[in-house]
Amino acid sequence: MKQFDYVRPATVTEAVAAAAQPGAAYLAAGTNLLDLMKGGVSRPDRLVDVTHLDGLDQIETLADGSLRIGALVSNADLAHDAEFARSYPAVAEALLSGASAQLRNAATVGGNLLQRTRCAYFYDTASRCNKRAPGSGCDARDGENRSHAVLGWSESCIATHPSDFCVPLVALGAIVEIEGRGGRREIALDELHRLPGEAPERESVLEPGDLIVAVRLPPAARGFAAHARYLKVRERTSYAFAVVSAAAALRIENGRIAEARLALGGVAAKPWRARAAEDVLKGMAPTADAFQEAASHALKGAKPSGDNAFKIELARRIVLRALTLAATGTPARIPALPASPFASISGALHV
Amino acid sequence: MSELNLTSAPAHLRHGSNIGQPLTRRDGILKVTGQATYAADNHPPGMLFAVIAAASIARGRVVSLDVAAAKRHPGVVDVMTPEHKPPLAIDPEIKTNPFVFRMEALQSNEVRYANQPIAVVIAETLEAATEGAALLAPRYETLPPLVGLDAGESFVPPVVGVGNPAESYHGDVEAGLAAADKQIDATYETPPQYHNAMEPHAVVAHWDGDRLSVDMPTQGLKLSLARIAELFGIAHDKIHVRSPFLGGGFGSKGLMGGPPVLGIMAAKLVGRPVKLVLRREQMYGPVGHRAPTRQRLRLGTDTEGRLTALDHHARTVSSTFDDFYEPAAGASHTLYAAPAIRTSHDAVRVNTGTPLFMRAPGEATGSIALESAIDEMAWACGMDPLAFRLKNYAEVEPMTGRPFSSKALRACYEQGAARFGWAKRPLQPRQMRDDAGLLVGWGMGTATFPALMFQAEARAAIRRDGSGVMEIGAHDMGQGAWTALAQIAADAVGLDIDSLDFKSGTSDLPDAGIAGGSAHTATAGAAIHSAGAAVIAKLADLATSDERSPLFGAGNAGVIAREGRLIRRDDESRSESYSEILARAGVAEIEARGTGAANPAAMEQYAMHAHGAVFAEVKVDPELGQIRVSRMVGAFAAGRIINPRMVQSQLFGGMIWGLSFALHEEAITDRRTGRIMNANLGEYHLPVNADVPPLDVITVEEHDPHVNALGIKGVGEIGITGSAGAVANAVWHATGVRVRKFPIRIEELLTQL
Ligand SMILES: Cc1cc2nc3c(=O)[nH]c(=O)nc-3n(C[C@H](O)[C@H](O)[C@H](O)COP(=O)(O)OP(=O)(O)OC[C@H]3O[C@@H](n4cnc5c(N)ncnc54)[C@H](O)[C@@H]3O)c2cc1C
Ligand code: SF4
Repeated sequence: MKQFDYVRPATVTEAVAAAAQPGAAYLAAGTNLLDLMKGGVSRPDRLVDVTHLDGLDQIETLADGSLRIGALVSNADLAHDAEFARSYPAVAEALLSGASAQLRNAATVGGNLLQRTRCAYFYDTASRCNKRAPGSGCDARDGENRSHAVLGWSESCIATHPSDFCVPLVALGAIVEIEGRGGRREIALDELHRLPGEAPERESVLEPGDLIVAVRLPPAARGFAAHARYLKVRERTSYAFAVVSAAAALRIENGRIAEARLALGGVAAKPWRARAAEDVLKGMAPTADAFQEAASHALKGAKPSGDNAFKIELARRIVLRALTLAATGTPARIPALPASPFASISGALHV
Repeated sequence: MSELNLTSAPAHLRHGSNIGQPLTRRDGILKVTGQATYAADNHPPGMLFAVIAAASIARGRVVSLDVAAAKRHPGVVDVMTPEHKPPLAIDPEIKTNPFVFRMEALQSNEVRYANQPIAVVIAETLEAATEGAALLAPRYETLPPLVGLDAGESFVPPVVGVGNPAESYHGDVEAGLAAADKQIDATYETPPQYHNAMEPHAVVAHWDGDRLSVDMPTQGLKLSLARIAELFGIAHDKIHVRSPFLGGGFGSKGLMGGPPVLGIMAAKLVGRPVKLVLRREQMYGPVGHRAPTRQRLRLGTDTEGRLTALDHHARTVSSTFDDFYEPAAGASHTLYAAPAIRTSHDAVRVNTGTPLFMRAPGEATGSIALESAIDEMAWACGMDPLAFRLKNYAEVEPMTGRPFSSKALRACYEQGAARFGWAKRPLQPRQMRDDAGLLVGWGMGTATFPALMFQAEARAAIRRDGSGVMEIGAHDMGQGAWTALAQIAADAVGLDIDSLDFKSGTSDLPDAGIAGGSAHTATAGAAIHSAGAAVIAKLADLATSDERSPLFGAGNAGVIAREGRLIRRDDESRSESYSEILARAGVAEIEARGTGAANPAAMEQYAMHAHGAVFAEVKVDPELGQIRVSRMVGAFAAGRIINPRMVQSQLFGGMIWGLSFALHEEAITDRRTGRIMNANLGEYHLPVNADVPPLDVITVEEHDPHVNALGIKGVGEIGITGSAGAVANAVWHATGVRVRKFPIRIEELLTQL
């Protein structure tokens, strides 16, 4: 492995200063970054280990009813926080549908948001990849691309963002708190990830040194707890990335949808908030017809980037199902097979 | 390996016999406490680490390597390349026997497949060697690679599998098809698959002058030793190979491949012990795999649903530089009684590492296609798939007309179907739903695998203290050889298993033959059985010819050995302990050897196969197409069961492998570069626990007096066959959609649901 410096800053300010240097990268649990380093995909000169920073591992309810999740909270701790799971069940379900128990125990909130694509050509240093080596080309474009993007892609990159966690978060309007060289700022999670356009190497709006310190769910996000689901189709029952996934959350008042939230995963370079579909549902009765219409709005503009036309039809059906499940109501407990089409099978243990 | 502290629980449930007891693995405690030493756990003093640099192109030539940059890296000791390497005694391209496969030992700059070793960096640490390998930054002259089943001109290989003819006939297939009342013609595809044993290939090589000690996992100690001897030009007795435990092999550790040879060469080059371990992605190339196939099946039936013809053609691939042809169509030789059967193979050459034996080579790929086709044919006839199979039950081996040495397949069908509840299956597909609205389907497949025997030798001894010794260089791949073979050994010398020193897993012991072909327990077991009988006969000679013995005059056939005593067969009150006999004779130890091998006369006369019937239930989401197996029952008849617990594990493992074959496993090859894009366990999907349903295994009683003295048929591979087809057929029954490309993908179902 390439030699690199390892620094362990004592404060957030020190961390930002250390990471603002060219060639530096933040290290959280490393479940993604270390794999990339071993494969020679990422070759940082300096790792800034943030796991020892104080105060970033709290889950707190703020005075206005927001929930603030520190960037170092582990995926498992967050999903198993009873109060969190009650208030934001689709987020907990999404977390538990990701990776494996061991990985979730280690992986952090910040790392999950900024995990890299699973595009095989990105991981493979012998392939051309505009994201890894800007301007080199995109070997996925005419390659083995059945799992690539169907929304928001460009000729220069057709990769998807693989996070499950981000999908319900973006649906619920999560806000990301960032500490940078210019101090603290915050942006909507929906604005954190960039679509590839001409510059797929720029995956987020973060600047050198920017540290995610927390993710915040605004007060309104609690309003969906009774009707919120995450659904993830994958190629094995557990421990696989989504082929396509969706988070659906409804606020139902007097038999009508007062407000709907919908986002898709595995379809684009960012968690894909489907606002047009949300708008369609506002004020409607939660019927199959309404959900059908929402589904076609959600996939408006989708086009295959390769051998993946099926993902568009699959996404449509997943949206329809996720909305139907959400309308039925959040189950009392997170299913043993979280987010799975087989979630209803009883007797299984958590996976 | 008597230094191993092997234990087992529970002890005997029944006195006087070890065979048939469900003993737990005697190496289990060592493994769960981390004391079982696998090859890569060895660290001789002064050891260096070697890391392979692998080609990132599939065809062409290495034109430069930045050896200087690698050598400058701190800790790097040397870089082995085609220009700088110790000489081999013979060219590794020469096939000195049919079990020798060509390997990459840096003999030239040519690249024949992706992930081919092109250099080896040797360093003080693994990290330094790894970075050194990255610093080599190879430059290539790249040629367009040959990729896929249509890569070029096809040809008929001279043989498929191990020495089987590429084409076989029985009867007139075209006439049978022409006369048929109903016909099907269907083409199935199976993908390339990789063994992916949990333990990667590893070697620790240590030269001491011209003596060589090698720690490496191998399924063939003596074959590996012989290959090392010829490649390095040293005598067999100068080489010591240790392989007490393997973390799985599945065929990929059977024959000596290039990577361990490179480790031994590296140790020679630097004059220090060297360890070389493949990284997971490096296992996708130089250590074999299961070749992809495209299989066309044409079946015809008469008005009663009897097969009139069965035509099975398989296209496969081999490498550009060696020959191994997945004998997929051979699966149609034994199962169904068609009056006309034709099997044929052709192949193309592609830029791949040479395909090799992978658990049930031929049978696995052939079985999923054949069992799917049988299901399709039954449906075309409007018959229940089990009734159809029974209607076409082969009473004799269809291709040869030979009787079976034993065949309890009917009982497998009956017991499996009863346990599964098959009788309630609706004939039409897409009839069943569960409470949650998921589609439910039931499918079945017939399992079969030949009962093979190789050659083995064992040495047995009885010591003056009454204890026994059994020596055989057998291989425990995790299947339980340390336990099952010791059970056979204990019975063979009439001792309790704890009074027997069972030595195994090293090359200085008698040759146990290869652990493959599901034949290891049968072959090594037969050798152990005969060595035991021979040493007991010698002991009996001592006793029965000595006037002072209570057994005097019994004649050596007139005694039996039990619990450390020889007992007069016709008068059990007259007996003598082993130690008494040896003490009186003034002998410290008495020994004898025995061999195990197939009986050619019996093989001439009988067809020898294990059989089984597998039943599967799947659930399919009716809109989303995701599939999950919810239940499987397998009933298998495989002759004598030495250890029911180990056998059940083998069959479970085989059934899970079958499920994986139908739904999960596929190496994805980039069609332009010939490189494998999912060479890791994150993306090369194997079933996880949540994919594996409750499995039910029934072992059906079967007595076979012909296969070998112990009546063992072998269970290592048969579990895959039948299972893969059963799952695929269940998917059809759930959905009404017939997918003929494996693994079954969501997109294949989605639009047709
Ligand atoms: C086999 C496997 C299967 C997986 N399956 C799934 C799955 O099904 N679904 C899913 O969603 N995920 C899956 N994952 C991905 C997993 O969720 C991520 O690896 C994990 O969330 C990353 O978190 P980490 O703390 O380890 O991040 P790291 O690996 O430490 O960091 C990841 C990236 O984020 C940056 N970073 C980390 N923290 C911060 C911060 N606070 N501020 C700014 N930058 C930061 C790092 O510099 C790095 O670029 C899988 C991973 C593996 C290995
Ligand atoms: S899709 Fe994007 S990540 Fe994948 S190879 Fe192309 S540019 Fe790289």
